[in-house]
Amino acid sequence: MRTLAPLAFVLAISAAYGFWYRRTRGRVVAKKAPESQPLGLTPAQIGVELGTRGTLVQFSSAFCSPCRATRALLTDITADQPDIVHVDIDAESHLELVRKLDIRSTPTTLILDRNGLEIGRAVGAPKRDQVISALAAIKL
Amino acid sequence: MATINRNLEATENKSARLIDARGPRFGAVITTAVLAVALVTHSAVLIGLQLLVFATGAFLGPQKSPYALIYKKFVKPRLSGDVPTEDVRPPQFAQKIGFLFAVTALSGAILSAPVLFAVATSFALAAAFLNAAFNFCLGCELYLLIARATNR
Repeated sequence: MRTLAPLAFVLAISAAYGFWYRRTRGRVVAKKAPESQPLGLTPAQIGVELGTRGTLVQFSSAFCSPCRATRALLTDITADQPDIVHVDIDAESHLELVRKLDIRSTPTTLILDRNGLEIGRAVGAPKRDQVISALAAIKL
Repeated sequence: MATINRNLEATENKSARLIDARGPRFGAVITTAVLAVALVTHSAVLIGLQLLVFATGAFLGPQKSPYALIYKKFVKPRLSGDVPTEDVRPPQFAQKIGFLFAVTALSGAILSAPVLFAVATSFALAAAFLNAAFNFCLGCELYLLIARATNR
């Protein structure tokens, strides 16, 4: 029997990462001081007109399991909110925008105010109640 | 109100095939066990067998992998309730990454390079364990980084 040390090491590191992954994925993190952004995202950048109250910009990719669920969730949340627009963007074909916004994994959802300023983002399938309260908190 | 789809290819492709999402997760549990034993015993034979499993998953599809067949025959009949589905492409991507690590590990074993064997096996084990225990999506974390690094 060889040593178990490498196995224990790999499992310990992976478990630590896994607990961090589970804790952080889907959490809506508020962007501090969105006023400090020079300019908000423009319709030209995201390909659609901004919502009159806010916009949910979802970045997806082909090899992403939770992207489908995220799309369904955000479609559902925005269904009865005509002043919120949801757009689903293929990250791979918008790499320039992806780099500029520092999107590292999919799905990543940005919550924009009516001026296109990012007020929050969620990496991973977002938690429904957190998206709803972030949208409710948008100042008009 | 408005959901605008600029992303027909990535998410809602009509031809995107859906599979039972529990199959790949079950496969990840067996993969974790096999790779754990391979790492401890430095077994080239086990890595070789796992390489064949990754190859079927990567090139024929994760629903054709031997572990998926075990799932269909012995596990699925005992499960009830709604079947959670997922796009076939994310688990297939993960099988391809697993295949690359298994090829590297087997090369390490053949070339008598135990460190290469251990490191490659460890990465494959970590990915399989994270998938099994935390429903980790390797394609979500890796694919965009690769695209960002390789397309200028």
